[in-house]
Amino acid sequence: MVMIAKSAEEKITGVSEANVKGDVLLSVRDLRVWFELRRFGFGHAGYVRAVDNVSFDLHYGEAVAVVGESGCGKSSLMKSILGLNKPTKGNILFEGKDINTFDTQNWHWYRRKVGYVQQDPYGALAPFMTVQRILEEPLIVHGVKNADEREQRVRKVMDEVKLSPADDFLSKYPHMLSGGQQQRVVIARAMVMEPKLIVADEPVSMLDASVRVEILKLLRGLQESHNLAMIYITHDLSTVRYFSERIFVMYAGNIVEKSPVKELLNNPSHPYTAALLTATSDPDSRNAETFKEIPPGEPPSLVSPPTGCRFHPRCSRKIDNLCDVEEPPEFEISAGHHAACWLYK
Amino acid sequence: MNSVKKAFQELVRYPSAIAGLVSVFLLFALAAYAMIAIPYSQALLLWRGGEDVWYQNPKFAAPSWFNYFAKVKQPVSFVMDETSAGAEKVVEVGEQNTSRINITYTFDFSYDAFPQEILLYFDANYKEKQPFVSIYWLTPDERKIRISDFGVDSRQTFRISQDEKLVRRLSGLEPMQGLFVGEDGKTPLKGIYKLVIEGITFEEGSDINAEFVFHGTVYGLFGTDHQRRDLVVPMLWGAPVALAFGLIASLGTSVLTMIIAALGAWYGGWVDALIQRITEVNLVLPFFSILIMVGTFYSRSTWVILGTTVLLSIFTGGIKVYRSIFMQVKESTYIEAARAYGTSASRIIFVYMIPRMIPLLIPGVVSSVPAFVFLEATLAVLGLGDPVLPTWGRLINDAFTNGALYKGLYYWIMAPSILLMLSGLGFAMLGFALDRVFNPKLRDI
Repeated sequence: MVMIAKSAEEKITGVSEANVKGDVLLSVRDLRVWFELRRFGFGHAGYVRAVDNVSFDLHYGEAVAVVGESGCGKSSLMKSILGLNKPTKGNILFEGKDINTFDTQNWHWYRRKVGYVQQDPYGALAPFMTVQRILEEPLIVHGVKNADEREQRVRKVMDEVKLSPADDFLSKYPHMLSGGQQQRVVIARAMVMEPKLIVADEPVSMLDASVRVEILKLLRGLQESHNLAMIYITHDLSTVRYFSERIFVMYAGNIVEKSPVKELLNNPSHPYTAALLTATSDPDSRNAETFKEIPPGEPPSLVSPPTGCRFHPRCSRKIDNLCDVEEPPEFEISAGHHAACWLYK
Repeated sequence: MNSVKKAFQELVRYPSAIAGLVSVFLLFALAAYAMIAIPYSQALLLWRGGEDVWYQNPKFAAPSWFNYFAKVKQPVSFVMDETSAGAEKVVEVGEQNTSRINITYTFDFSYDAFPQEILLYFDANYKEKQPFVSIYWLTPDERKIRISDFGVDSRQTFRISQDEKLVRRLSGLEPMQGLFVGEDGKTPLKGIYKLVIEGITFEEGSDINAEFVFHGTVYGLFGTDHQRRDLVVPMLWGAPVALAFGLIASLGTSVLTMIIAALGAWYGGWVDALIQRITEVNLVLPFFSILIMVGTFYSRSTWVILGTTVLLSIFTGGIKVYRSIFMQVKESTYIEAARAYGTSASRIIFVYMIPRMIPLLIPGVVSSVPAFVFLEATLAVLGLGDPVLPTWGRLINDAFTNGALYKGLYYWIMAPSILLMLSGLGFAMLGFALDRVFNPKLRDI
């Protein structure tokens, strides 16, 4: 039954199950997400440039962490990838198909291929639905009419996220579960359509410290066993190192640095990345004695961002008449390590 | 199912909820009984009524149970024919095809007031020669009063109080007083009375039947009105009409309001703007005046009024309240998740957003029922009630136009008013309790 469904799906979309590690699954090109500001409800009053000229590639089975402080545009980026925001400009290509050109059928296919894990597990679950209903909803929406098949798939995915025995959970409502269990349901819901890409928006930030690692390990395990690509959005660098192959650092709507995890942690190139790493707390007694150098000021307004490099007003290594005039392009520092900073010209 | 049971258990913790449930249940039972006991078509016929249907009833009679509480016992209405207990018919066949027919009606009169009227409905059988009757009245103190003698038509009504010769014979007293008055000349004499009809027929096979109708001043459970109609009919039928009107209007209004508010909140933009502007215009339009205009110029049918009421009540403050909550629900992350896995807009509205509001909807529906029940009654009182349906409001309107309060016929207004109030109170109490069960935040208030 599942096999038939899959081949039918291939016929519709014309995409084969390449799924080879190393091929590009998702590619984002010059993405802009600008929100129009209105005056008196109709007058134009500028744009909030939440995401500005972001480009990157994501490969099959690859986990990428997007790091940045609150308001840097990482959620807007994620929502554009999920198709919840319409990009102002630029393209998002999934398996070579541009989502700007999607019709209803393509969207249906795309939504099956992309799973979404949210930040607040309690809010992400409809409070009036049982766990079974919550997990069946995507299947119902995607036309799995056979109730037995739905239940079978729900049980399978519950087993995968270690919500077992499933019978204990199927008839429960979200408020009867612990935070960790709720997040497992959210993950199960993202997994139930057997996606290729999971977008996880700070999946552990609302959880108790004690269950964070478990949930991260679960996500990592699923990612590896299903060869999933994953975009892991976080503001917490300390969880990244357990998780992903690459890190993207975002600042004020731009990706300022892309790098493999170890490389970035050991050798942060962009001054902002360096500052971010310094600010990450480590339970080390020596930290109590030392004074950390934190960049002064606040992140810029996204309505009228600074000219040139957006970090220059706070940057200690600013080059006058360059950083404040011209936007830095991406410079390659080493293989796979890019930084948008004039220091590496 | 389990949650329904739990909600119910929580509900019965409130005494007011139990009282409300009991009265609502009784109201439903009354409505069901009305529809079974007097089918709809029959109810309409009875209510249209007229003398043919209701000749046996007195006018403006109070309920007969008033006697249990009153010092002055009012005479209770009754009807007798030849087959009733207390009636006796003797036929003596005489010579030359004549026969004597003696009909005697015996009844016990032990009241402190005079009756309204006594009527005899003759039904005589003859070809050419009219039968002849003499009517006598025997009082408990053994006086014999001749009432009248006349030839009987095939169908003839004889009203004792309208016999002017009898008035003269009773030395100027109204017959109803003269026939019943005791020695003191003021109060009626209690005891066994007899009315004797001595008839003679002059043909073979000729016969006289007479129905004896005694119009007291009290009748039945709810009394009668100016058209002699038994008020049990509108009192019973008021329940299903009021319930149907109240529930349909309340449920229809709430559900439609909720759906429209959800559509506006979800689609936003011009859809929302249009709904909001319609609401704001509708809010300043005089609701009641429009209903009166519809009733006056178009149709007074309950169903037309019901439809108009629902239409006018959709776009009111409720839409703003629901919209504000939907705006909040719309942004919740489970809706975002539903969009991310491709749920259609209609499914989000009907499966994700509206169920969230059911806890708000149920108490709202229940507590707005009285408003619509009263609205229907109010329109009826103003003379815009359904012309064919017997309802509580119509009853009050009749009472009002016939000067019930002026004449002291309180029963006529009190009975429907009390039922209206009880039904309103029942729904209100139930609604308040439901509100506390479904919205726990209200519990401390």
